Amino acid sequence: MLTTKQSRLSALLIPILSVLLGFIFGALLMLLFGYNPIDAYQAMLMGVFNSPYFIGEAIRQATVLTFTGLGFAIAFKAGFFNIGIAGQLLVGWVAAIWVALSFPDLPRIILLTISIGAAIVAGAVWAGIAGTLRAYFGTSEVIVTIMLNYTALHLTNYIIRSVLTTGNTTDMVSENASLSVGWLTTLTQGSRINMGLFIAIIVVFLYWLFMTQTTAGFEVRAVGLNPDASTYAGMSAKRNIILSMLISGGLAGLGGAIHGLGTFGNLFTQSGLPSLGFNGIAVALLGLGNPVGIFFSSILFGVLDVGAGFMPNRAGVPDEMADIVIAAIIFFVGANYVIRLVLDKMKSNKTAEKGGE
Amino acid sequence: MSKIKLRSLLAISSSALLLAACSGEDASDSSSEDTSTEDTGGETSESTDFSVAMVTDEGGVDDRSFNQSAWEGIEQWGKDNNLDEGTGYAYYQSDDSSDFVPNFNQALADGYDIIYGIGYLLLDSVNQVADQNPDQHFGIVDDISDRDNVVSLTFKDHQAAFLAGVAAAETTETGKVGFIGGIKGQVIDRFQTGFEAGVAHADDSVEVDVQYAESFNDAGIGQQIAAGMFSNGADIIYHAAGAVGNGVFTEARNRMESNGDDQLWVIGVDRDQEEEGNYDGGNLTLTSTLKEVGNAVVESTTQAIDEGFPGGETIAYGLEKGGVELVRGNISDDVWSSVEEARESVINGDIEVPEFTYSE
Repeated sequence: MLTTKQSRLSALLIPILSVLLGFIFGALLMLLFGYNPIDAYQAMLMGVFNSPYFIGEAIRQATVLTFTGLGFAIAFKAGFFNIGIAGQLLVGWVAAIWVALSFPDLPRIILLTISIGAAIVAGAVWAGIAGTLRAYFGTSEVIVTIMLNYTALHLTNYIIRSVLTTGNTTDMVSENASLSVGWLTTLTQGSRINMGLFIAIIVVFLYWLFMTQTTAGFEVRAVGLNPDASTYAGMSAKRNIILSMLISGGLAGLGGAIHGLGTFGNLFTQSGLPSLGFNGIAVALLGLGNPVGIFFSSILFGVLDVGAGFMPNRAGVPDEMADIVIAAIIFFVGANYVIRLVLDKMKSNKTAEKGGE
Repeated sequence: MSKIKLRSLLAISSSALLLAACSGEDASDSSSEDTSTEDTGGETSESTDFSVAMVTDEGGVDDRSFNQSAWEGIEQWGKDNNLDEGTGYAYYQSDDSSDFVPNFNQALADGYDIIYGIGYLLLDSVNQVADQNPDQHFGIVDDISDRDNVVSLTFKDHQAAFLAGVAAAETTETGKVGFIGGIKGQVIDRFQTGFEAGVAHADDSVEVDVQYAESFNDAGIGQQIAAGMFSNGADIIYHAAGAVGNGVFTEARNRMESNGDDQLWVIGVDRDQEEEGNYDGGNLTLTSTLKEVGNAVVESTTQAIDEGFPGGETIAYGLEKGGVELVRGNISDDVWSSVEEARESVINGDIEVPEFTYSE
């Protein structure tokens, strides 16, 4: 019991310390360059929390990050580095908009269901390619997903220009495919917060249910911990590789649908892969793979993302500095090994003092 | 579990502020004082209490291209009118397309009189906030909005590209030139169409190799495409691809420095890119097409102050208004005289430069 309690505590401490160190590092850097970190952080936080509109925008950003974070986390649990979240999000976005534009007159509930469903399938297929290649041919999923990112990007731009429209931007989807919720929009003074938030909360719960309460979820975790032992125990490694990649891509595709239908309501040619895909990796790592943790880290990143925009004009700190703070947090999340080492050392000192139990 | 996390997240933010406060005492008084002098700015005759903001596209304000050009114009205008950055003029940088609308709303909350969206990527966002705020004035560069409270500033890029085409066709030794576009679409198509027309006008035996990078910021792709074009015998490349062009310059510089026998040239875009062309043995920027976004923004602002906001209008800037231009750069005297000739013909209408090959 003691160990689980302690490990839970340190699991909570590590992300908190990472964020703290990130902020401190950012503050030191700002001091070094002659900027005032208090002003900067104040502008960032006040900018978001003083206005219902920007709270709504931060939550909207957090919503999509939750999906990409969960998507990355499940593959990571199974032992894979799905760096293709951005591309899977993009194909999900394309699929959702394509379906929504094709059947604009269907009733809202049906249209939303099939649009979002199509996005999940598209994302799952995109990640499934990498999963299948990995399962049957042992190809590195990192390389395949990176390549599929670019394939997704150029395919998207091709589809926009040659299939959906002739310009760079598709039409807006009809009201029936909109994710906006009247009272939420009014409450946040017209922000683009949408029902994706509720879908995200449901998905967080389902993710937890799947991972902790089902056999399939147990197998995914077991394969991630030790593929050889799980194979020996009679679990199919191939099946679990593909399954976890399918769910991973499906979640990213779902995020794409929420982003496409909720944030924009259309699709436009992209000059690069959506940053939400890559930030999802940071969110998942900060949340240490725990769905509730991921939900809260995406809110933190949502606030950072939206709040960063206030730093240049309200505190005179260039936005590059805001990017550095975000990067520093991501760095400390990545380097949590160091934090863990220090914590473990402190812990073992304590146990030594107690003389064993 | 979740309660603990929520509380600790709150604790994180507050303690980070506190820690920052501890270490930041000495720097705080210098930068936190509000240097607003707007109310005392009435001393000079030029002064105005008009304020202008711009929202960049994903390229950012330091893209060495048209965001930067727009900002330099606004900055100059602000200084000329004794305004302070942050109250009289400001920019809002977008790192991602989802930042566009929040940035407009931020500028709205800060109370600017006209808010410009720089680049066609912002059209939808401008229209959206323009609909939500019918009494606020907006501007869009490089595209046309049909809203009454938006002024549209467009550029006849094809005219400048036409002159670049003339210069390239008359300068090339190999009979082959290249065009590298950013993202395929109406705006860049204008550059391509104009350039091809210019080449054909000067010498229709010269071949034009056209390729698109599908990016405005990946210099690596620019270098790759440029390497391919130079290897296939092109000796001049015109790029209309923002920061992708930096890779084109890099490739040309590398080739000139390792084997300077065959002269290679790059034609810059939007700003005078002469300094990008500096290499050990000289300069390889043949010329640059200019797009005076800054002037256009300032001009429409001045018009708004003097005569009222030109809402709903589209103002097209071409060679005749100095909105687009071709710089002299390293163009030889002979070639420059044909460029001058072509410029005259375009301005007085003898040559109608085609604008689109793009099928709508």
